[in-house]
Amino acid sequence: MGAQLRVYKRRIRSVTATKKITKAMEMIAASRVVKAQRKVAASTPYAQELTRAVTAVGTGSNTKHPLTTEADNPTRAAVLLLTSDRGLAGAFNANAIKAAEQLTERLEREGKQVDTYIVGRRGVAHYNFRERKIAEAFTGFTDEPSYADAKKVAAPLIEAIQAETADGGVDELHIVYTEFVSMMTQTAVGSRLLPLRLDEAAAETATKGEILPLYDFEPSAEDVLDALLPRYVESRIYNALLQSAASKHAATRRAMKSATDNAGELINTLSRLANAARQAEITQEISEIVGGASALADATAGSDN
Amino acid sequence: MAAELHVALVAADREVWSGEATLVVARTTSGDIGVMPGHQPLLGVLESGPVTIRTPEGGTVVAAVHGGFISFADNKLSLLAEVAELSDEIDVQRVEQDLARAKAEDDAEAQRAADVRLRAATAGR
Repeated sequence: MGAQLRVYKRRIRSVTATKKITKAMEMIAASRVVKAQRKVAASTPYAQELTRAVTAVGTGSNTKHPLTTEADNPTRAAVLLLTSDRGLAGAFNANAIKAAEQLTERLEREGKQVDTYIVGRRGVAHYNFRERKIAEAFTGFTDEPSYADAKKVAAPLIEAIQAETADGGVDELHIVYTEFVSMMTQTAVGSRLLPLRLDEAAAETATKGEILPLYDFEPSAEDVLDALLPRYVESRIYNALLQSAASKHAATRRAMKSATDNAGELINTLSRLANAARQAEITQEISEIVGGASALADATAGSDN
Repeated sequence: MAAELHVALVAADREVWSGEATLVVARTTSGDIGVMPGHQPLLGVLESGPVTIRTPEGGTVVAAVHGGFISFADNKLSLLAEVAELSDEIDVQRVEQDLARAKAEDDAEAQRAADVRLRAATAGR
């Protein structure tokens, strides 16, 4: 076998192996998306009921609570960025980080100091590499987040928002995550979690134009709100974590699908080149034989004379 | 037909139980509360404790609930809990182990949680 042909054969073998791996990763990611989607759906009733309850208390009583009232002059804000622990997901992490940076820039333009909280090794690595300050980082659970993980993430944030601004507390809480729109579309979004915009929350639940009933609060509206809001933050973070996980798996699936397609295309091109090389080799061999034979014939013809 | 109310017992990551009921008893921070059909709209904070749901067929469903809320409006009752388990889902042996461990470690919170689950499990049987 000629040197050229051997090189092509070797490359085809290596690309075939890569294709098998990316194909397997694509299939794993596809099954995980479905699982993650199911978890998002399972967590929806809780989140919905909780939002309803928060809206009911917020609109149905005149209670003023630090978590629902906007500070007159907000000076500090916390941004929670959700990325993934592992890459190989196309632009998934880059998009989330970009959205967080845009939000941070906007907040800083408004004169607020920004504390960044990060979930996922990719985001942490990005910020560490640029030597930016991270208030707190959480890693190790982005593929399959549990409610306990959401609680762990929410705890320092709730503490920060309840503390006075002078003692290192924050006035606002923003969250940047990748919303799972569909299998093909995932968008990085940044939204403000606290202080709560009650009208927005109300619009989310009261889609059918239902009127919220006048509730009787047990033990009192303040106590209910005190207990509700941390749960609300936790449930929103949990939902964001789940959506982010589903989006990550969808992005991985897509990235791996195009990698598999590219590998297939590369194998086709290489096989054509290998065939051409083999054909060229055969042609050359034939012309060598023919050339040799005719030279021999010429030589014998010459000696006869 | 007796009046009924619709109950949804929802944990953070799943819907634990839903169906019709004639009476629901739950423990709020200011004491036990019983909700029957036609109760006035209510929103309360739940304590760790067993929740008893009486079904129209005369059966009872008992669940252990750890923290959360009860909200009632339009004859629909939602019990929101971070963690909720039906009595027949609870593994008594494991809970007893948990309880012993919590006692040994002097962890009041874990002890309480285990105690609630144990009581719910025995009440449901």
